[in-house]
Formats: sequence, C-alpha cells, structure tokens
Amino acid sequence: MATHRRIDVSKTGDVSVVQFTDQKILDEVTIQEFGNELFGLVEVDNRKVILLDFTGVEFLSSAALGKLITFDRKLKTAKGRVKLCGLVPGILEVFQVTKLNKVFDIRADRAEALSAF
Amino acid sequence: MADDSSTDEWKRSITLVSERGSSRLVTDDLLDRLGHYGWPPDDIFAIHLAVEEALVNAVVHGNKLDPGKTVWVDYLVSATLMRIEIADQGEGFDPHNVPDCTLAERLDRPGGRGVMLMRSFMTRIEYNAKGNSVLLEKRRDPPAEG
Repeated sequence: MATHRRIDVSKTGDVSVVQFTDQKILDEVTIQEFGNELFGLVEVDNRKVILLDFTGVEFLSSAALGKLITFDRKLKTAKGRVKLCGLVPGILEVFQVTKLNKVFDIRADRAEALSAF
Repeated sequence: MADDSSTDEWKRSITLVSERGSSRLVTDDLLDRLGHYGWPPDDIFAIHLAVEEALVNAVVHGNKLDPGKTVWVDYLVSATLMRIEIADQGEGFDPHNVPDCTLAERLDRPGGRGVMLMRSFMTRIEYNAKGNSVLLEKRRDPPAEG
C-alpha cells in the first residue's frame, strides 16, 4: 500500500473514504504530494470506489483542481467511481464557476455521499 | 507625509524572489489585513484564491522560476477595497486567448482555470498590454439591509 502524508484513507463497506490532512491545499509541494497520493489509490492500491471528504479543507487552488481532474480520469480509465463531499461554500463555488460540478458528483456530507454509491 | 485618509488603509510594496512558496510573503500579510478591516470570510476566500493564482502565474509561468527575475507587488487594503498589482519580468501573455475551460470538450483538461477564477471572484481585473502585469480589485459588498 502506498504511504500517505497528505491524505488519510479508511474503509466504509466497499467505499474508500479519503480525508485530507491539510487545511489549505495550496503550495506546489503539497499539491504534488496530494496528487501523487490520490493517483496511488488507483494505480498502486487498485481502489475503485472512492469518496473524497473535504471536511476541514478551507482552501484549494486551481492547481489542486488539476490534480483532481487527472485523478478522475485515471479512476474512470480503471472503471472506478468517485464522489466528493464536505466542501465549504467557497470551494463549492470554485467547482460551480469552473463547471466541475458537472464532472464530479458532489454531495453535502459523508452520509449522503455514502448512501449515493 | 501620509495624508489623513491613509490612516484608514494599508499600503505595501514588496519584491518577491521567483521561487515556489514566495507568494506567502504577500498572502499571509494580506489575509491578516483583511481580517483587521473586518472583511467577511467569503470575500477573504475570494481574494486569497485570486491573489494566489495571480502570484503563482507571475512566479511560475511569467518568470519561470528564474532566480534572476523578480515579481513586484503593490497592494492596498481598506474596509471597503482591496487592490493589488502584480508584475513579473516574463514575456507576458494574451489573457483573451485563454481557452474557455468550461466548454464540455475542455472540462477534463487539468489546467487553464486560474484566470477564469480570478475574473469570477474579483470585481475588476486588468492586464497591461504586454500581459505581464495584472491588477486585481475587490470591492466589499455593502452589508445586507435589515
């Protein structure tokens, strides 16, 4: 299993639930590790059903959005599924402005997201 | 000498080295000032996002992390206005030529969202003719009535 510094991964039923250790996913090093660890879930751990729970994350830059998009593409190639939850209003607005809310299935909280898989 | 109005606003000029992480020298202070002037969290988020995107553009895309090049930053914060000007020593770019990242065929591209986010979250955004200097302005929304 890949080692993680930027994410915590737990399992709820068949769903791998990912939480983030940083309040701000902002600087280049953090974003690089954030991306690599997410990609590792698909490419190393072969996880296919993943919930990204952003509870506690206050800030996300466009470079981090890029990593999420690449992660989504890798997961789709592996025939996996991802949902997002726990986005603060500002980050939710970022997804809406960029129309990435059409790419990602975004749910209010973990319970709603888990029941939607 | 500063005039009376300057007591109600904060101005700062700073020169940044073109290295990763240098944006914090601006954003840490800027966020403190916005909090000091009582800006609401939604506006602080918007300013943080736009300024971070602009600074990363200047350092990484403009100056290409060349340690011999600098980024000049001037900003002003008051209770109702945030204005920041960020200039790099790069070749510049045409902001009108940035593809629309919200088109269906481009939605899955990893990059190209920074300029759009700045436009969306700021009241005003202007580039110079060369495209290596940007002015961002955010006016604080008046408080809702009653």
